[in-house]
Amino acid sequence: MNQMPTFNRRAFVIGAAAVGTGLALGLDIPFGGPTVVRAADGSPEVNAWVVIRPDDTVIIRIARSEMGQGTLTGLAQLVAEELECDWSKVTTEYPTPGQSVARKRAWGDFSTGGSRGIRTSQDYVRKGGATARMMLIQAAANEWKVPVAECSAANSVITHTPSGRTTTYGKVVEAAAKLPPPTDVKLKDPKDWKLVGKGLKRLDTPDKVTGAMVYGIDVKLPGMLNAAIKDCPVTGGKLTSYDEAKIAGMKGVKKVVKVGDTAVAVVADTWWHAKTALDALPIVWDEGENAKVTSASIAQWLAEGLDSGPAYIGNQSGDAKAALAGAVKKVEAVYNYPYQNHATMEPMNATALYTSDKCEVWCGTQNGEAAFAAVLEGSGLPADKCDVHKQMLGGGFGRRGQTDYVRQAVDIARQMPGTPVKLLWSREEDMLRGRYHPITQCKMTAALDADNNLTALHMRISGQSILFSLRPEALVNGKDPATFAGLNADGDAALGYSIPHLLVEHSMRNPHIIPGFWRGVNVNQNALYLECFMDELAHAAGQDPLEFRRKLLTKHPKNLAVLDAVAEKIGWDKPAPQGVYRGLAQYMGYGSYVAAAAEISVTDGTKIKVRRIAAATDPGYAVNPAQIERQIAGSFVYGLTGLFYGGCTVKDGRIEQTNFDTYNSMRIAEMPKVESIVMPSGGFWGGVGEPTICVAGPAVLNAYFAATGKRIRSVPLRDQNITFA
Amino acid sequence: MANLTINGKTFNVDVEADTPLLWAIRENAGLTGTKYGCGIAQCGACTVHIDGVAMRSCGVQVSEAVGKQITTIEGLAAEGALHKVQQAWINNDVPQCGYCQSGMIMAVAALLKEKPKPTDQDIDEAITNICRCGTFQQVREAIHAAASV
Repeated sequence: MNQMPTFNRRAFVIGAAAVGTGLALGLDIPFGGPTVVRAADGSPEVNAWVVIRPDDTVIIRIARSEMGQGTLTGLAQLVAEELECDWSKVTTEYPTPGQSVARKRAWGDFSTGGSRGIRTSQDYVRKGGATARMMLIQAAANEWKVPVAECSAANSVITHTPSGRTTTYGKVVEAAAKLPPPTDVKLKDPKDWKLVGKGLKRLDTPDKVTGAMVYGIDVKLPGMLNAAIKDCPVTGGKLTSYDEAKIAGMKGVKKVVKVGDTAVAVVADTWWHAKTALDALPIVWDEGENAKVTSASIAQWLAEGLDSGPAYIGNQSGDAKAALAGAVKKVEAVYNYPYQNHATMEPMNATALYTSDKCEVWCGTQNGEAAFAAVLEGSGLPADKCDVHKQMLGGGFGRRGQTDYVRQAVDIARQMPGTPVKLLWSREEDMLRGRYHPITQCKMTAALDADNNLTALHMRISGQSILFSLRPEALVNGKDPATFAGLNADGDAALGYSIPHLLVEHSMRNPHIIPGFWRGVNVNQNALYLECFMDELAHAAGQDPLEFRRKLLTKHPKNLAVLDAVAEKIGWDKPAPQGVYRGLAQYMGYGSYVAAAAEISVTDGTKIKVRRIAAATDPGYAVNPAQIERQIAGSFVYGLTGLFYGGCTVKDGRIEQTNFDTYNSMRIAEMPKVESIVMPSGGFWGGVGEPTICVAGPAVLNAYFAATGKRIRSVPLRDQNITFA
Repeated sequence: MANLTINGKTFNVDVEADTPLLWAIRENAGLTGTKYGCGIAQCGACTVHIDGVAMRSCGVQVSEAVGKQITTIEGLAAEGALHKVQQAWINNDVPQCGYCQSGMIMAVAALLKEKPKPTDQDIDEAITNICRCGTFQQVREAIHAAASV
């Protein structure tokens, strides 16, 4: 059962090697120079990030992927802020990974996950904007033969202050592009920001309301065929055989192809024909040993890890075990958190065109360079013969950081040279072949002293490591530091509570189901475990859950500030309305501090109406507060869907939920009113796409206890016949 | 072969009679604004209007749509002017990834035709589309905004 999915490991190793020097060289941003680089329409680049047309329109290059989280608009704001350009003239475009590798990784990292899109590139994209502005001003000063210090720029207009002369970016861009880039580039003081910090509208909305936006599934190429695929439903199993004769002559079918050792695809004129024929194709699988695995067998294995076997220590202070042994009052509880599918609205897909000397892919991906590496690996062609054309993502949530579907598309196209083939997974394939939120259990044990102070906490997590399967090279001596997200002693996912005796450890157990980075990742279960248990401790101590937490957060004022903010917003110091109950949670993840307070009512103990949510985020700097509010509100849809409906179960080694009828997702009727508090305290850059998800579940579960006196320690609520009212 | 009237235009599509309308729209008529999400009429990403009624086109066979007026997201704007729901979606910055929004907008446009000033309860009952990004808060605001135009 403890398996390494070899496909993924190989894909990474070969992929990284294939990209080769590009990855090895690291970031080498070209900030202009004597040779003018031109965009496709002939307009000059001022540098890799900025193209300006003679009509003053500005094209800002975006390396990270837009999947709904607003990164595209936020990154453009950061560049435009320093560029001092007219925001109404800004458009964006994606450079391709192939172009980037050919230019020594001109655009740096393409990966868009871990809420990193903005926070890990803000410095160099702002520098890209500032450098371009300085070159444009210099070009105008040269033309006017005046000192550059007498010139300034705003709204794409350059002014020579003493004379009042003006020109525009579009008029000097040709000259600017030929200048050497400045070496001393100073970024603006945040207090001088004009665009950053504003809740500007997204740049990519209009095409999304007319049907014109092209997602991967919408790609059309001349002569393109369509493929439907079935991979062995049991991970680790193989394809034994299929009876092609049975579907010979079915309408539109062009070819049946084996994909790797585990999958078969039907290629047809339309996808509907391909899928219809695939459903009629008799397939024999060798499901292997993993077919014996069930949710119960996994749960039992994980439960054993709560008490026995080796464990890695993630955070430790004092002597928790000794303190627990001598506790005046000991509190213990076991929690669990299930597999969950990302269920992006757009199922996985990629379109590939392979010829003997070129391979191109069109797809939505959260990691253009990883997709590029998959194309190189699958095609066997060198980097200068391959490329990836990124399309809008119909949701990512971490799933599209993986490249399994890209590799499949290339494998199919390679068997049909010269013909573009679009591979689209059915929803059922998408549900069966996910990269699931990892499954874990956790035993929480705590000691209270005679004055009901929390003196010791032992948190033992048992279960799956994402890195073990997807990025084994990131393990540290075999241990997975990422499993301790939000429980660390320091860093961008640190534990906020000061507890004298602390022991946080992980007993790694890896079932065959392949885990993945599921929006929020390891902070999701860790926050649920910790924040529900803190509520249990407050109750055991006979203290108010807010006050109990506040005492433990005195050394972490940012955690305390977001918690206080939601408490104030929800009106914690005043009684809730009749029949309404409240719960709280706070956490740190992705460099940001988040908290939530929920108001719920409960009918018959089984029907929960989430009436109101107050949610606070301190991301340090808030590039676009309007989009952050949307990420916060959306986080309650993702997080509460996970709490109520999530949970993928395993039977006969395969995932049982195959579509939205068995894997439900929240609807508008179930959506609480979310009151967001965006409270950037400055001085650091935290992420916003993910952290809030983790406080949604515990805030509601703690409110459920307040309403019913019952603790729920198992997700999803569906399995306990608790649902939305 | 079947003749489908989509956005006022006739498409002669070479498909079997039981082909889901969704796939005839996307693959034969080439109108890709209508999205595939589940294929079992659960998510609503494929919502179109058939004779003015919002329907999930993955659950409608081509044979059932022959002779009817089919409107997709591409046909919602009349004479170049965006439908008030589309405009409200832009004004309220509703879409995140946007993939479900074609279906969401079509469902809302049908609701407003039936109930020009829907209550929150009307919205809860009529709009059952799935949005995984979680735009519901902005969807609700934008529906009320469109209703007030």
